[in-house]
Amino acid sequence: MNRTRIIDRTGGIFLVIVLAAAVLVPASNLLLSPTNPLHVPDYMIPLLGKYLSYALLAVAVDLVWGYCGVLSLGHGAFFALGGYAMGMYLMRQIGPRGVYGNPVLPDFMVFLNYKELPWFWLGFDWFPFAALMVLLVPGLLAFVFGWFAFRSRVTGVYLSIITQAMTFALMLAFFRNDMGFGGNNGLTDFKDILGFSIQAPQTRLVLFVASALALALGYLICRALVTSKYGKVLVAVRDAESRTRFLGYRVENYKLLAWTLSAMLAGVAGALYVPQVGIINPSEFAPAQSIEMVIWVAVGGRGTLVGAALGALIVNAGKTWFTGVLPDAWLFALGALFVVVTLFLPKGVLGLGAQISGRLRRRPPVPVESTP
Amino acid sequence: MSEISSDAVKSPGAISLEVDDAVFAVDHPVRDPQALTSALLYLDAITVSFDGFRALNALSLVIGDREMRAIIGPNGAGKTTMMDVITGKTRPNTGTALFAGINDLTTLDEAAIAQLGIGRKFQTPTVFDMHTVEDNILLAVKADRRAFANIRWHRTAHESARVDELLERVRLKDHRFRRAGDLSHGQKQWLEIGMLLAQEPRLLLVDEPAAGMTDQETADTAVLLKEIAKTRSVVVVEHDMQFVRDLDVKVTVLHEGSVLAEGPLDQVSADPRVIEVYLGR
Ligand SMILES: Nc1ncnc2c1ncn2[C@@H]1O[C@H](COP(=O)(O)OP(=O)(O)OP(=O)(O)O)[C@@H](O)[C@H]1O
Ligand SMILES: [Mg+2]
Repeated sequence: MNRTRIIDRTGGIFLVIVLAAAVLVPASNLLLSPTNPLHVPDYMIPLLGKYLSYALLAVAVDLVWGYCGVLSLGHGAFFALGGYAMGMYLMRQIGPRGVYGNPVLPDFMVFLNYKELPWFWLGFDWFPFAALMVLLVPGLLAFVFGWFAFRSRVTGVYLSIITQAMTFALMLAFFRNDMGFGGNNGLTDFKDILGFSIQAPQTRLVLFVASALALALGYLICRALVTSKYGKVLVAVRDAESRTRFLGYRVENYKLLAWTLSAMLAGVAGALYVPQVGIINPSEFAPAQSIEMVIWVAVGGRGTLVGAALGALIVNAGKTWFTGVLPDAWLFALGALFVVVTLFLPKGVLGLGAQISGRLRRRPPVPVESTP
Repeated sequence: MSEISSDAVKSPGAISLEVDDAVFAVDHPVRDPQALTSALLYLDAITVSFDGFRALNALSLVIGDREMRAIIGPNGAGKTTMMDVITGKTRPNTGTALFAGINDLTTLDEAAIAQLGIGRKFQTPTVFDMHTVEDNILLAVKADRRAFANIRWHRTAHESARVDELLERVRLKDHRFRRAGDLSHGQKQWLEIGMLLAQEPRLLLVDEPAAGMTDQETADTAVLLKEIAKTRSVVVVEHDMQFVRDLDVKVTVLHEGSVLAEGPLDQVSADPRVIEVYLGR
């Protein structure tokens, strides 16, 4: 084994598409006339940006599930915490333009009779600090959680259940008004980001491009990790954890590193998501959200990174379309999709692609990683 | 004595030797400094209970440096449990387990024990199915085991040479790019022995290496293990009596968690108690 190339064929194609989208979508939006069939209308830009932030989230989930065997049913928590950190910055940017006109306190705090800003809101008016918190808060939670869980060797279904419990507990906490995060309504009515109007088409284009670049960068970081010897050890842990221990590897440290990094990437995804959808509220912590993320990865192809991103795009585009046509049937469609993929496409859409192209070239299909 | 003490400080989990010699001599006559250093593996009065059932019952066993020992005994005698205790997978309820005279195995975890130089082959061959044969060996080659170091890793010439040499030795050179999961049962057994050697352990624990092998493979495995035992200590658990005969080493018979008999194969197989519990059936 030499170190596997970081950018392989699939990854290369993926990066070219993402970076091309970062250039062509804004170009089409700005340069083509609205009557041109290739014109991307304004309303599509934040929608596409949202999909890209989901794709980054899916890559983060795949790093721990696909390579390290940790089926997280709580990644929504890391995503939402990153989103809240960004939301707090955006709230502070509103300044005196709120309904109550208080220069310091966000509207919901005035409404709830807060006299001064809670200590944990301090510093969030400064973007670099908020950006740091986007990484640190999910990262720290993941580190502490992982430290205890991996050290006490909780694995498999039990681990999945406690990740689910973690996000559920956070949801309940964030629903409470006296937590200081806007309770039920969450954070919304944002005005500016870095001094630019958040509604302005140009700002939305910049956010879209930022999402595309974050996805590309997040992918490259994960890919560099999984192609290193560290990544080989991760896969060894996934497939035969105790064997790996008997070779002298401290399995818990390997897991903790991937887990913490994954949570930070999820936080970044959340921070990109919030300004593009204009709101963050406790429903992002809902257990069902985290389960949906796992389905994206399964649909695209677990343990491939590119497949995870692809799955997030396919499922969410489907969701947008479906909720427009048959709003009540989406959950059934999602469930059916999951069943179909599990039964007929164990390697996901990407695995199917590899199988077809392998058959065309009369070669056996590329071995893709196993399921537990 | 002073040499050992300084070693003990450096080594994680090493038991303290700063104890009064008189205390040692009275309470634990076998633990005098001489015995602490001469045996590579020293198990004394090890007991392991699972919900009241004693899988190991006051087991004592001493393996010398570069000694090969065969362990036989009926199913459920505690052979695998003994290996679990030595490698840190199972903590004994009572008893002493020392490696190289200074490392208290009952306080160390699996990774630390592996890094001390104890390698283990499992009863059912356990290799990394999704990795290539070559990568399986590479992951086992003695090197820095820390996570961050392995992110920056690049293969060294030494590692390449080791992998080649080991693949040659376990006859898997032509299979190096195959997925380990696609190997035959016997090949997996050999791959796992290769991984064991890659760790450069001082003590190898080999649990039923001949299981599922053809007669020829079994005979070859005996030759391989004897070769290995020239430079390292090896403990082999095996039911195949022809294989044990081929090894031609001292045999320990386990029964109900303790040692029933010990000696050359001919001697123990003539022992009426051994015949009754094991060979006679
Ligand atoms: N984790 C455990 N919990 C409960 N009982 C156990 C456990 N591990 C082993 N045992 C019991 O301890 C006894 C010894 O088991 P062990 O696997 O050490 O036997 P063995 O000598 O290796 O047998 P075999 O020849 O079948 O491999 C058995 O009766 C087994 O059922
Ligand atoms: Mg056994």
